[in-house]
Amino acid sequence: MPLDTVKNIVLVLSGKGGVGKSSITTQLALTLSLQGYSVGVLDIDLTGPSIPRFFGIEDSKVRQAPGGWIPVPVHDAQPPLPPRDPTTTTAQNPIGALSCMSLGFILSSRSDAVIWRGPKKTAMVRQFLSDVLWPDNLDYLLIDTPPGTSDEHISLLETLLKTVTPSQLSGAVVVTTPQAISISDVKKELNFCKKVGLRVLGVVENMAGFVCPNCSECTNVFSKGGGEIMAREFEVPFLGSIPIDPAFVYLIEEGIRPVYPQGTLIAGKEVGSQEVQAQPTSSSVNGQASKEQTSGLLVDKYRSCSLSPLFDGVVSGLVADIASRRALP
Amino acid sequence: MAPSLEPLPEPIDFTAPLKQAPKLVAPEPEHCPGPESNLAGTADSCAGCPNQAICASAPKGPDPDIPLITARLANVKHKILVLSGKGGVGKSTFSTMLAHGFAGLDNLENPVGLMDTDICGPSIPKMMGVEDETIHVSATGWSPIWATESLAVMSVQFMLPNRDDAVIWRGPRKNGLIKTFLKDVEWGELDYLIVDTPPGTSDEHLSVNSYLKEAGVDGAVLVTTPQEVSLLDVRREVDFCRKAGIRIIGIVENMSGFVCPNKKCGYVSQIFRASTGGAKKLAEEEGIPYLGAVPLDPLIRLACDLGESFLDAYPDSPASKAIRKVVEEVVKTVGGS
Repeated sequence: MPLDTVKNIVLVLSGKGGVGKSSITTQLALTLSLQGYSVGVLDIDLTGPSIPRFFGIEDSKVRQAPGGWIPVPVHDAQPPLPPRDPTTTTAQNPIGALSCMSLGFILSSRSDAVIWRGPKKTAMVRQFLSDVLWPDNLDYLLIDTPPGTSDEHISLLETLLKTVTPSQLSGAVVVTTPQAISISDVKKELNFCKKVGLRVLGVVENMAGFVCPNCSECTNVFSKGGGEIMAREFEVPFLGSIPIDPAFVYLIEEGIRPVYPQGTLIAGKEVGSQEVQAQPTSSSVNGQASKEQTSGLLVDKYRSCSLSPLFDGVVSGLVADIASRRALP
Repeated sequence: MAPSLEPLPEPIDFTAPLKQAPKLVAPEPEHCPGPESNLAGTADSCAGCPNQAICASAPKGPDPDIPLITARLANVKHKILVLSGKGGVGKSTFSTMLAHGFAGLDNLENPVGLMDTDICGPSIPKMMGVEDETIHVSATGWSPIWATESLAVMSVQFMLPNRDDAVIWRGPRKNGLIKTFLKDVEWGELDYLIVDTPPGTSDEHLSVNSYLKEAGVDGAVLVTTPQEVSLLDVRREVDFCRKAGIRIIGIVENMSGFVCPNKKCGYVSQIFRASTGGAKKLAEEEGIPYLGAVPLDPLIRLACDLGESFLDAYPDSPASKAIRKVVEEVVKTVGGS
């Protein structure tokens, strides 16, 4: 079984659609990779695969090898990148390899609808779990899921519980947005986890607040704090609130390295830079973004994103939590 | 077994009449043609399935429930689907607003119905402020929940013993419930029946389409947000509508532009930036009508969380105006009363 040598399997779940499961999966993967772990991302959203788009590898195709499919590499293991802050003296981690598998890589056209009923989806999920040749000794396999608690989820859990050891299956990160509508769907997902005996590693509240790029006033577009209250109610850890950052969207959509106006504070740290003469939006006015803005690996550019330090904290917490569980007899 | 790189495309016959699903003795296997399909029990992949004999010997001919559905919905003037390949773009929010918008039309003769086919993540009851209601079943059928005098709602949420219970159902069970919603709910005379769907192109969508084929669907309203990640999934939904022969009434761009609520600022941010031209460009490319853009307004979120009608609470906001315009467009397109 290709999953045999995978060390930790983490599911990213949410009862609600569009709350940022794929976006969170992407950032968890990039951050894990920055911390030096080798990561695989499996996208089992069959009717709406977004992972290829998020990693900017939409044109890639899966290769076939004897015995299975070879996942699409995002980047190979890298030597440490130069530190962002030249004054820092702490040693940088080498970058772990990152690869992805999604139905998007198999479709012949990106706008093809995948119109499948349950049994066919079940078959595909099983095939993804049994036939993808992940690199040996993969540190983390992140599984991005579609919204809901239906065929894909049931099949995923059935297969995982049958084929991997309990110590491999670390648990689930549950994503929500702060508004009540989303919370009520996500509570269903938490009950799903309870029912199937899947450990909830924690709840991430996404899209909590939006800082106006013009006047720096923070607006809670989709309310705030709902995720934390829910986590408390279900007695699961709360991993943190992630604000909306348009610069992250530009990074994903156009590959532009995030830049912030001077004076932007994230977690008490200045992330703005003086060289920025205008908002990132100006690039669309000029037509094309400059080469300098778009060059480099996604993982390197992500380091400039204001969300990167937040995820660094979230991931460090998760890694420590998973490790401490493993240490238990 | 060596995995095949080309599991697609498997043609789906949208026009084939469905037959009644037989009672199965084992779960449907991989590559099952579907127990309701005409190939049930006879397809190549049926060999060795414990259900084969049951499927093959099940009564042939169209599902006898389909005429019942058609009869039940005979007094519904317009049936409109709300679709989107992507989750969280505002299908339910928009369905709710469309329902409130229709219900507020001056020349409305009969009530408006709103059916929630999102079985695993029902949002409509909360948005309508009827989350804690339960369904009454009488000899003639199930009574829908009346959110207002002129607005009837049906959702799986009304059937759950606890509000937060997860509905962990596979496809066939979801199909069965959707059929019940269409066949056994006393919708009565309606001017509009709006069908809200879950994201994707799977069981729920296929079922709604095949059950309503006879009764006739006026068309589908597609909802998207401006960024390419969302448009990508909506393209797939357009492809689905084409293949299934569902007319596309038009596409609505939701969450397009966010006006900073700071009075002194008022800066319009493109939170979900349309790097590829947004819904308008997609509409042009695909040759489908563009119904308009609804701005992102935190008050919409608030109204939905409280179960109020945004249109009634904030009739003068730019978002309300945009929604009314879309409602008018839809009414015009379907030739409504």
